[in-house]
Amino acid sequence: MAKVKVQEVPVVWIQTGSCTGCSVSVLNSVSPSIKNVLIDEVVPGTHISLRFQATVMAGQGEAVLKVLEGTPKKDRDGYLLVVEGAIPTKDGGIYGTLGERDGKPLPMVVWVEELVKNAVAIVALGTCAAFGGIAAGSPNPGGYSGVDSLLKERRINKPLINVPGCPPHPDWFVGTIAAILLQGLPKPEDLDEFKRPKAFYGKLIHENCPRRAYFDEGKFARKFGEPGCLNELGCKGPVTYADCPLRLWNHGTNWCIGAGSPCIGCCEPGFPDLMAPFYQKLTDAALPAIGVEQKK
Amino acid sequence: MSKITVDPVTRIEGHLKIEVVVEKGVVKDAYSSGMMFRGIELILRGRDPRDAQRYTQRICGVCPTSHSIAAALNLDSAFGLADKIPDNGRIVRNLILGAAHIADHILHFYHLAALDYVDVTKVAKYDGNDPALNSVKRFIERGELAPFVPRYEGDYRLSDKMNIEATAHYVKALEMRRKAQEMLTIFGGKMPHNMAVVPGGVTEIVTVDKIASFLWRLNELREFIDNVYIPDVLAVAEAYSDYFEIGTGCGNLLSYGLWDLEGNNPDYTKRKRLIKQGTVSMDLKVGSLDPNKIAEYVKYSWYADSSTGKHPTQGVTDPQYGKKGAYSWVKAPRYDGKVYEVGPLAGIAVTYASGEPAVKNLVDSVLSKFKASPKALFSVLGRHAARALITKYVADSMPEWLLQLKPGEPAYIDYQIPDQALGMGLTDAARGALGHWVEIKDKKIANYQCVVPSTWNMSPRDDRDQPGPVEQALIGTKIKDEKNPFEIGRIVRSFDPCLACAIHLIRPKGEIVGTFRTG
Repeated sequence: MAKVKVQEVPVVWIQTGSCTGCSVSVLNSVSPSIKNVLIDEVVPGTHISLRFQATVMAGQGEAVLKVLEGTPKKDRDGYLLVVEGAIPTKDGGIYGTLGERDGKPLPMVVWVEELVKNAVAIVALGTCAAFGGIAAGSPNPGGYSGVDSLLKERRINKPLINVPGCPPHPDWFVGTIAAILLQGLPKPEDLDEFKRPKAFYGKLIHENCPRRAYFDEGKFARKFGEPGCLNELGCKGPVTYADCPLRLWNHGTNWCIGAGSPCIGCCEPGFPDLMAPFYQKLTDAALPAIGVEQKK
Repeated sequence: MSKITVDPVTRIEGHLKIEVVVEKGVVKDAYSSGMMFRGIELILRGRDPRDAQRYTQRICGVCPTSHSIAAALNLDSAFGLADKIPDNGRIVRNLILGAAHIADHILHFYHLAALDYVDVTKVAKYDGNDPALNSVKRFIERGELAPFVPRYEGDYRLSDKMNIEATAHYVKALEMRRKAQEMLTIFGGKMPHNMAVVPGGVTEIVTVDKIASFLWRLNELREFIDNVYIPDVLAVAEAYSDYFEIGTGCGNLLSYGLWDLEGNNPDYTKRKRLIKQGTVSMDLKVGSLDPNKIAEYVKYSWYADSSTGKHPTQGVTDPQYGKKGAYSWVKAPRYDGKVYEVGPLAGIAVTYASGEPAVKNLVDSVLSKFKASPKALFSVLGRHAARALITKYVADSMPEWLLQLKPGEPAYIDYQIPDQALGMGLTDAARGALGHWVEIKDKKIANYQCVVPSTWNMSPRDDRDQPGPVEQALIGTKIKDEKNPFEIGRIVRSFDPCLACAIHLIRPKGEIVGTFRTG
């Protein structure tokens, strides 16, 4: 077989205040499979060199910290930085540390600041990295912050793409990466006001919901297991932007509303505080607030 | 004397630091430190109790299903439903939890643990026509070996042929764990963080097509478990058989049991379960499970000393980062004041020692292959074997459960949230004993507590200076090569640590102190 020069695109994937659910979701990618992502040319002529990803990488301890420290120096032309998880900022970031420097645990927030510097772009993977998510739920004990608000606070200007979801659908992540590899960074018009790719987050769940006809006819489920629109049971589909009803989850097997469960609005900046209680019916008054103003 | 620090420990869930002190090639001392704290239980305070199932799943994206089940059992008991869940609801929960265990254990063996034993780079020598192996070969030829290098070098003992075959299985297992999660979502809606498990049962309805669809996926997984997963565990065990004597640990095991075989007994400690509740030590005598014997200690954890020694329902905790002598965000739970290990090994050992014939056959067949006594189970390889056997045991039990489902009958029972109530939910997670406790006041969560598997296993020393299970498993270990301390990674990963689970903890009763000392 003729050898063609394959371009290696360095990617650093750091987990901060996360539950690893975003990583597990990406492992569920079907086309491309996770093996395609790790091993093969994910798009023709390009291989992702996943320098650091703590869930799958073989190495550990000092050796992998050196990789993490060395990347901003080695790859001055840049690398893609994936952040999974919210970043603890309270009390100097002591609530989350990764490795040691000069004998002291090194806060994750310091790592993020260092890695951001030479990154070509940042993908905030999952609602925690994008908007703070679960860890930043009131009263936010560790002072957890999403990447966007952290960068704004530190006056760092870098291209950022938010791929929220708790967890995000694997297609949303690999699709975002593929778009960057094929066409470069997204143009402003490709992203919505929350820096989400419109390709995946362009329509409300409610617009494409297969139970929509029930809503229009005023037929509502009053308890779980009943047919009908789930509005009375607290569904957040009317205020959540994502293509779940069309794309479905886990290789098209099912999805939240498909399993008779109301949407909990996990892709929105207001998740969880503005979406909870999850089983309480949305009031009209609550609608405009969701997704517009993030509760501090 | 030298100190080896492994931070981060990778191929686990979460942020873990392991420090060992080595003297003349032997581990004299070991310290296990959890390095992240979110405070999910504090976030739960004042919220709608039903939402606990959603929040607690997000403690951990690797084992969210176990949290959803523990939360549902907890809320069932608080809402007075523990003995009223319809059979369809109970069985669908079992199927969801069974699928989660299959996915988790395949992931753990192949994708988290195997790289400590398998040398992927040997695929460079492959000259067959398997497309997956050839793509790995091309990957190696291109020379950018991340994320498989850097790694420890040296003690890889499998033959080239076995390394190549195991790498092919690593790739195959990526597909199989994905399919196990897909199987879960037939009833669970999506993964990670399933949507269907709720107090009162499940939201999904039972239909024949779902039963069949589940069954067919299950059959494919059972073939993989029998013909690939278990043979691979045995092959690794053969090449690394000294690991039946490495990583023994504390020698006490605790199981809450899992997979409810009946729904009429509201007492989770007594109810008939596929994997049985109880304690067992190296003498293989089974003790009954009494949750009142659980207490958490904080002398070496970053919490105020005043909160030590409390039962999970009574704790008061003030985070105190930098507390003198402390070295972890993880607390030290103890049972009857003693150190206990939890996990599939505990579940299998308790069920084995109770004389359950199917489990006895499975365990004895493995032990006889290695001419080993049951004591060999208390080891690195014993934990891997137990994980593989529990996977087979539940997968083989699930077809019958599927056939017990009754399409068209309810899987959910409605309820009112009580003004005041106490609840407790106990189940084994993929990593071991998982307990949730709730106190409800004015229909809101006044207090929610979780004591999770890795809090037991990764715990630091307690108030009596007893090291935790992983620490004990490390102490006394011979380190052959301090630059490549394979032994540490192999021992620690045999417990399948889940640190996001271990350190979500904060006791919401009482006020949280706002001052933190550092340094």
